[in-house]
Amino acid sequence: MNARLMWRKTLNVTMLSLTGVCVLITVSVLFFILGYLVYNGGKDLSWSFFTRLPAPVGEVGGGMANAILGSLKLLFLAALFGVPIGLLGGVYLSEFGGRTLPFIVRYTADLLNGVPSIVIGIFAYALIVMPMHHFSTLAGGFALGIMVIPTVLRNTESFLSEVPSSLREGAFAMGANKWKMVATVVLPAASRGILTGVLLALARVAGETAPLLFTAFGNRYWSPGWMQPTSSLPVIIYTYATGPYEDWHRQAWAAGLVLLGLVLVTNILVRAFLSRGTSFERS
Amino acid sequence: MATTPNAATPADLAWSPRALLRRIRSADEIAHVITLIAAATLLLITVLLVYQLWVLSAEARAKFGWSFFVTGTWDPVAGQFGALPFIYGTLVTSAVALMLAVPLGVGGAIFLAELAPPKLSSSLTFVSDLLAAVPSVIYGLLGVFLLVPIMRTTIQPALKRTLGFLPLFQGPAYGIGFLTAGIVLAVMIVPFVLSVSREVLLAVPRDQREAALALGATKWESTWKVVVPAARIGIFGSVFLALARALGETMAVTMVIGNNPKIAASLFSPGYSIAAVLANEFSEATGNLYLSALIELGLVLFLLTFILNGLARLLILVTTARGSGVLPT
Repeated sequence: MNARLMWRKTLNVTMLSLTGVCVLITVSVLFFILGYLVYNGGKDLSWSFFTRLPAPVGEVGGGMANAILGSLKLLFLAALFGVPIGLLGGVYLSEFGGRTLPFIVRYTADLLNGVPSIVIGIFAYALIVMPMHHFSTLAGGFALGIMVIPTVLRNTESFLSEVPSSLREGAFAMGANKWKMVATVVLPAASRGILTGVLLALARVAGETAPLLFTAFGNRYWSPGWMQPTSSLPVIIYTYATGPYEDWHRQAWAAGLVLLGLVLVTNILVRAFLSRGTSFERS
Repeated sequence: MATTPNAATPADLAWSPRALLRRIRSADEIAHVITLIAAATLLLITVLLVYQLWVLSAEARAKFGWSFFVTGTWDPVAGQFGALPFIYGTLVTSAVALMLAVPLGVGGAIFLAELAPPKLSSSLTFVSDLLAAVPSVIYGLLGVFLLVPIMRTTIQPALKRTLGFLPLFQGPAYGIGFLTAGIVLAVMIVPFVLSVSREVLLAVPRDQREAALALGATKWESTWKVVVPAARIGIFGSVFLALARALGETMAVTMVIGNNPKIAASLFSPGYSIAAVLANEFSEATGNLYLSALIELGLVLFLLTFILNGLARLLILVTTARGSGVLPT
């Protein structure tokens, strides 16, 4: 073997192994994050974490019951606002749209999806907090809802367009109207994929902190109704992690573990059981 | 796409009361209008978003004009607002992140697209996608309590010893700062580079690889000299997409960048980014000018990411839609 060939073969093996190392590094980060959170947060998770209010500032103990409920309320509002618009918009793109408008809507949805979440926060602040003169659960839910729309819309559209046209033609042949065809044949056929998109979109906004900072704000107590500021898991992790108290740091780890656990479990379950065999765009 | 057997006949299109009634009774029109409204809502939200940012930043735009972008002082008490330190911090941290994440992501994508068996490839991509789903505040949490101490005691002193002659690696090692923020950002954007690059690499047709191998190229040569160049526009797209993410990333950066509006050559120096100043100061902003200056920063951030995303999608569309993956040069 001449030197040149030796060199080429060595380069081949070296570079290909390096690409493997790249993947290894990337993938091991996830397991490292997970392990580190379990190690740090696991020991401070207790029943009272889920059932009690935060202790007065400076005191040790207390829980995050209000933040957990707050996050659920925010997610509920986000789903209430974002899912119908995203879903119906997706149906429009796939079933009713012409040529130009769907293209514009699609492109805008992708761009809106890329807008930094903190800018969405400013938008919700300007639209809801400013006229009302105070922070509220409503404003936070609105901000999260906006972030849900593009994902649900694009995902719904892509799953609807995968439904084979023979199904549609069959429905027409049975004498169905267009809307009946869509509602009773096409939507059910794509329902698993659509549900996947909805759940993943909600899992994503469940971890969003930035748009809540000046919309839902924060609250050390329960937040009655929808018009008061509310605590939420991501925001309280931020507040506690950057706060001065040792006990806060420990609780931030515990809350981080709960949040990461929820997000990852949702992702894994949804991807493993609902979207089997189908892939869809994540961005 | 389905055809529409019950498309409107000329009689349907007439605006006579009877035709109108029939169209409403068919219910198709109602479904059409309702879904159209939903789709239009998305457009409306986007337009309203731009409009609000523009109108609410009017005061700052009128007072400072273009000098807003070249002024280095940010002094809310004196009513002096300049965006330069934040723009600088955003660009520097994103640049550091790209330098670390692009080789890692593209290298990983090459492995997943060219070497790994399909099953392994898809399960590793699954893990990488999960990494993209980790909330940003979690990265911040790990950054503050894990990365910052390591940076302060180990990495920054080591860099100072070996590369300390460069202005980039001088000054006291605080742990927080541009470099730390850049590293956290890099970890966050790798999954995007990885999964998008993998897709565009997979879109390059098999013949290209086989032709290269048949000519006697090694696997690496066929990958690096044939497949990667054919997919390069899509890879650029994935980089732009990742850059847009990095620019707008808020929480993780806010927690480790140091939150100090200053411009320094050293990567060890604490700094500030656009998103971080919004997160910290927005809810406490007193006075209209202060708020208006912050919203102008939001507008800048919006425009930056809007343009980058638009560009990125165009590039990715060009490579994957052509199927051939080969582009005229």
